[in-house]
Amino acid sequence: MAEVAQTTAGRTRGMGELIDVEGKTTEIAPFGTTLAALAAERPEIVGLTADMGRYSDILPFRDAFPSRFFNVGMAEQDLIMIAAGLSKVGKIAYCTTYSVFITRRAYDFVAIACAHSKANVKIFAGMPGLVNGYGATHQATEDLNMMRGIADLTIIDPCDATELKQVVRAVADIPGTVYVRSLRGKVPVELNADYRFELGKAKVLREGSAVGIISCGYMSMRARDAADIAAGQGVDAAVLHVGTIKPFDRDGVVAFAAGFDRLIVAENHKTTGGLASLVVEALYDAGIMTPMIKIGLADSFFECGSQEYLEAKYEVDLPRFVRAILENR
Amino acid sequence: MITMKSRNHPPEHPDIAALKLRALNLRRLMLDMASGKGEGYIAQGLGIADCLAALYFHELRYDPAAPDWSDRDRFVLSTGHYAIAMYAVLAEAGYLPIRELASYGLNGSRLPMSTFDDTPGIEMVGGSLGHGLGQSVGMAIGLRLDGSSARVFNELSDGELQEGSTWEAAMGAATFKLDNLVAVIDCNGIQADGPVTVKIDPVADKFIAFGWEAVEIDGNDMQALVTALGNAREANGRPKAIVLRTLPGKGVPTLERRERAHFVRVANDEWDLLKTELETHHG
Repeated sequence: MAEVAQTTAGRTRGMGELIDVEGKTTEIAPFGTTLAALAAERPEIVGLTADMGRYSDILPFRDAFPSRFFNVGMAEQDLIMIAAGLSKVGKIAYCTTYSVFITRRAYDFVAIACAHSKANVKIFAGMPGLVNGYGATHQATEDLNMMRGIADLTIIDPCDATELKQVVRAVADIPGTVYVRSLRGKVPVELNADYRFELGKAKVLREGSAVGIISCGYMSMRARDAADIAAGQGVDAAVLHVGTIKPFDRDGVVAFAAGFDRLIVAENHKTTGGLASLVVEALYDAGIMTPMIKIGLADSFFECGSQEYLEAKYEVDLPRFVRAILENR
Repeated sequence: MITMKSRNHPPEHPDIAALKLRALNLRRLMLDMASGKGEGYIAQGLGIADCLAALYFHELRYDPAAPDWSDRDRFVLSTGHYAIAMYAVLAEAGYLPIRELASYGLNGSRLPMSTFDDTPGIEMVGGSLGHGLGQSVGMAIGLRLDGSSARVFNELSDGELQEGSTWEAAMGAATFKLDNLVAVIDCNGIQADGPVTVKIDPVADKFIAFGWEAVEIDGNDMQALVTALGNAREANGRPKAIVLRTLPGKGVPTLERRERAHFVRVANDEWDLLKTELETHHG
């Protein structure tokens, strides 16, 4: 399934595919293919979508298990209610649509029907953050902020295809409701095959001594790319990937941060209410006041446009990342 | 207390008189609970008592000794504030000790004034209205996938029909051809601010237009209830809606006449009068 991304000039990426595919090995639809494989072993798994099957990569599961797949139409509240109901009769319900529609539209249902009831509902939320060119209606730039406010909800922001595939399997055995910021289409394979996702454990992806980068989601992939470039200019940055947003690895983050006198926090999210806020809370509580650059989005709504245009405009792209490492010298 | 073990299909000929006596017992228990607390959603509880008696002592299959029996019929109470009625019927059915009802609404009780799913016999966290029908759809799909003959009964209210999520679920139920799903819709004409504020009639016609079978009955008529529930057993690919026209405070004339019936507070010395009214007016 792995292939190297096409780099032919002018070729358009699929909607929601990351810029970072350029030059990297990728896998197509790692979420759906892994779910289909897992479901062959776990008959209690069912899959649902709210008219976003194609764009959430769940179609490999539908094709393998059509009787266990339910498309509820454009009805996100219903999606979450039905998933909760299925869990109450013993199913593990994997459901998909875009992050924005889950978080903004169906919040009460995620909180009460799922999290409060410890429902075995696994939400794979497509195109979180700025990974959508359709403007603010489609950009879940505050989803971490919203979802971390729900008690008993697990939140995972995988880095790449390697981690996402492990997460698809891991969540089946994590009790209760899980919100995963999914990656779709051609997803880069960044992490080594020996990487192991562990719930609630941040992982050092790159050793370094000059700057400590704390990041989540695909920004950890970009952090490594930026660190490699900066290393060529004499600045050696370390990268700590926070794959689990909740429960947050406070001890791991504090221990990592304590080793640096300069920090960068990077996330595909607003810099308010997400990873940066979590890191600041943890460090403050530990008495650490290290200077920090936050790479992320402002408290705003964002316009339509290509991934390249948006990420450059809002200063979350690779050049901005490299600059932050070097400026932080 | 008689412990029910209703694992068999309901009898062909229901004992209407016995069911009416069950409903009276439920109303007695509710008045006891409300008088202990001094307040409560008693009017709705009295209104739905006949339906709960018909369900729990005629239609539903369950086993209070095995609350997690996988093939039990599910009764999903959406209106969490009807907790007082649920606790009464769960005690009458053997899920809860009668003596525990005295803790209704008290701090630390497992019988709070709105239902939560850690109370034995409660299938869903109620209270945030608009949750019940959708979760019932999920349960019905899952039970069918497993080849279970269990059915899902969802109680929801007329005020709750104002929640858009209810209609998302209604569309889904018809789309997925859930003939193992029965909605009992308590149309008592009241909501928190007073009389139902948004025009929701005709209710049955709306469900029919959504692809359901629907019937409207007097929700305080025991014979009509068991007949409608019997008709709803038909496995014809369509979900069933039973629209109940109920009278808030039913059985206690002082409460039947009360204008602000959504949440009732009664002076300490009036409870005995209400209990006397119930004994005088039943049947």
